[in-house]
Amino acid sequence: MTLLKILLDFVSGGRRFNSRLESRSHKACGLGMLLLAAALPADAEIIAITGGKIYTMTDDRPLDGATVLIADGRIEAVGPDVHIPDGARVFDATGQIVTPGLVDANSHIGLVEVSLEDATVDAGVTAEHPYADRFSAAFFAPDGFNPASTLVPINRIEGITRAMVAPMANKTVIAGQGAMASLSGSPASLMDDSRALYAVLGESGAQLAGGARAAAQLHFRQALDEARDYAEHEKDYLEGERRPYFLNRLDLEALKPYVAGERPVVVTVHRASDIRNAVRLADELGLDLVIQGGAEAWRVADELAAARVPVILDPLLNLPVSFEALGATLENAARLQAAGVTVAFSTGSSHNARKLKQAAGVAVAHGIPWIEALRAITLNPARIFGMDDRVGTLAKGRIADVVVWSGDPLELTTTVEQVFIDGRPVPMESRQTRLRDRYLDIEALPQAYDKP
Amino acid sequence: MSCRFTLAALAALACTAVAAAQDATGGSTAYQSTYQPLPSEPVAITNAVILTGTGARIDGGTVLIRDGKIAAVGANVDVPDGVHVIDADGRWVTPGLIDVHSHLGVYPSPGITAHADGNEMTSPVTANVWAEHAVWPQDPGFAKALAGGVTTLQILPGSANLIGGRTVTVKNVYAHDVMAMKFPGAPHGLKMACGENPKRVYGQMKQQFPSTRMGNVAGYRKAWIEAKEYIRKWEKYEEKQQAGGEEAEKAEKPTRDLGLETLAGVLQGEILIHNHCYRADEMAVMIELAREFGYLDQLSAFHHAVEAYKAADLLAENNVCAALWADWWGFKMEAYDGVKANIAIVDAAENGCAIVHSDSAEGIQRLNQEAAKAMTAGNEAGMAIDEARAIRWITANPAKSLGILDQAGTLEPGKMADVVLWSRNPFSVYAHADQVYIDGALAFDRNDPGRRPVSDFELGQFERAEVGR
Repeated sequence: MTLLKILLDFVSGGRRFNSRLESRSHKACGLGMLLLAAALPADAEIIAITGGKIYTMTDDRPLDGATVLIADGRIEAVGPDVHIPDGARVFDATGQIVTPGLVDANSHIGLVEVSLEDATVDAGVTAEHPYADRFSAAFFAPDGFNPASTLVPINRIEGITRAMVAPMANKTVIAGQGAMASLSGSPASLMDDSRALYAVLGESGAQLAGGARAAAQLHFRQALDEARDYAEHEKDYLEGERRPYFLNRLDLEALKPYVAGERPVVVTVHRASDIRNAVRLADELGLDLVIQGGAEAWRVADELAAARVPVILDPLLNLPVSFEALGATLENAARLQAAGVTVAFSTGSSHNARKLKQAAGVAVAHGIPWIEALRAITLNPARIFGMDDRVGTLAKGRIADVVVWSGDPLELTTTVEQVFIDGRPVPMESRQTRLRDRYLDIEALPQAYDKP
Repeated sequence: MSCRFTLAALAALACTAVAAAQDATGGSTAYQSTYQPLPSEPVAITNAVILTGTGARIDGGTVLIRDGKIAAVGANVDVPDGVHVIDADGRWVTPGLIDVHSHLGVYPSPGITAHADGNEMTSPVTANVWAEHAVWPQDPGFAKALAGGVTTLQILPGSANLIGGRTVTVKNVYAHDVMAMKFPGAPHGLKMACGENPKRVYGQMKQQFPSTRMGNVAGYRKAWIEAKEYIRKWEKYEEKQQAGGEEAEKAEKPTRDLGLETLAGVLQGEILIHNHCYRADEMAVMIELAREFGYLDQLSAFHHAVEAYKAADLLAENNVCAALWADWWGFKMEAYDGVKANIAIVDAAENGCAIVHSDSAEGIQRLNQEAAKAMTAGNEAGMAIDEARAIRWITANPAKSLGILDQAGTLEPGKMADVVLWSRNPFSVYAHADQVYIDGALAFDRNDPGRRPVSDFELGQFERAEVGR
């Protein structure tokens, strides 16, 4: 463990400095730690966001004129009478709204730069390629994550601080795995303990499995059956004493936590009957199911609530875009939430993940309570992926992802004043703001002569 | 012309029919609009915040609608007896919204293969096809757009082709055939596309011409050269007919060619061009192309034009509108340099004509929201744009680019009564269109489930109350 690596880990986000690292550094790099403490990297800065109307998401009522105190990348305190230590950097949010950073429940941010340029797209394999179906569950899309993607700053200056980075299902019913990442741009922005498995049934799954829904279910079931068998007979398998599987060892290995019900399995389905099938399959196979898409989920609301299956949906989907979405309605989110289903929002767009707040606003206009819509883009995505101990609320000990808004975060005329990720303010600019500024003032010399 | 060659007994009928169906270059006057407004009564909407689309805002205003037209609009309008009065009670009123870029009907919902009628992707130049002949009026997307306040839309062929075919401007009314939707008196448009799409479809996917941007431009130029030759042939034929005598008898009538006829329609000032084009440098080339063949006056708008902000002055100088998105970018390389202030920067240029379009069955439902985002982005960049200005991006400016500003796009006396009564400021994400009037008839009422079109496709899928909106 080099001093440089420890320094990088520490500067990029204190929480990366996990116990394993700590004990090693104690033994070998005690001096290094002292040096770090003396240097006081920005991460250790104490920040107080004062005077704002704070929606903590730990409960529904906002705190008026209160303070969020941040230290070491974490929330230190939230409330009206928080003591602000000397030397703290103060952000005055008087007259403004303060919320947790927004979390996009589904995206390919960091995996795509220009959608139609294949070389820049790493969310899924190319279907026509002969190796395309070589791996499925083991395909961990975030291995291709680029924290320096232009999509990161473009979306984070609009209030999105974290996003699920998911695979695309281009070839196999089980597409692979995703994980949550912060939009800090840091090399260490991936949160490895936030993994989820992604699969498609319904029309997409049928297409990948040979043209029929039943076939997609068979692919799915077979994979999980084999994974369970492998988990129970791993030693025999390694000694060549187990029946042959269709899946390769890496896929089998990757499926272990999912067949054990320890990590979520996100299944994309829209049609009511497909949703019921997914719930049934999950129950049978002992999976922690999450429905994604769910255009007709409102028709199955009571069953989803009873089975405690959350739904990630696009609040803007209200057209019968296919025969599996005939029941699409703008009231989907409201009906599900009223029935007791945990809902999270995503537009499904990566370049325009920033439309998340508009989508949430539209959901409110069609019946979901405002606070629940805000929850659907903060705490609920964190909860769905088991990250709510750290992400999605403003409470002591949580990661300090905070957004200061000029007004209602869901309103179209609101602007983002300042975003904090891991307790540090992000530069409120992007490639797009630079382009805009270049062309706002057109002068005699061609634009290329402006300072870079 | 040709009637002299038919039998005398039928000559009168056939002659008239043929003469009526063709003009000097063999152009067609068939497929005319058969649109009839829905039944209506006189209506006065009072106590409203009115955005007229002319840049004006009237607080506590009244719009008087009679005989399908705006009869009066202002702060002190006398409402005659017997007129049905709707007290807006502070709600906002705008002209009906106009989307200049839609594929409703030609790429309808559901998006199945059988319905994919938007691109005649079998040849890079298909000026001969007309988008209206592919419109499925039962697309559920039309009613959703109406619920979003859209009263007029232009339906275009897609952008696979260099020249995709004629566009059609329609009133957003439920009808059994497209002719009953056609906006009366609206000119046709011609869809053109530059950049990546044609060379991807033909070069990359089919290994055909064009496969490069230079191939694209050569393709347009060839088409215009052929169009000029077509006009010359017809003019020569006409001259001979006028001269009469033996020369007229012997002269061979040129063969009617649908594609060249459409291109000739542009060159003769009857058809407007709507040009899908993203990059600023390509827009400059397309303007030069228009100058080369003398149709610059017909170059009405660049669509998508993600880089329009880089060429705002050039567009304004040449009187070309730009139909843009509030924030779509990055799906293609030519869309990589998108900025949220695009619309505002184009609008800020003197004589700038900025339009917010959708090119999306989802986006068309909330053009007001897209305009709101663009307004906010402009204000964030230091401009001072208010609602009265921004509403023009989705009313008067689209009307101008479609050649219908004399009839619609603003709330001015004498114009078509295409009016939206909003639940609140339409630039709010929470705003609903409470009522939508088309030619003075209440075409949509949010609080009256009976006053909302339901397409044949939607019948029997779900109970209306179940699906809601």
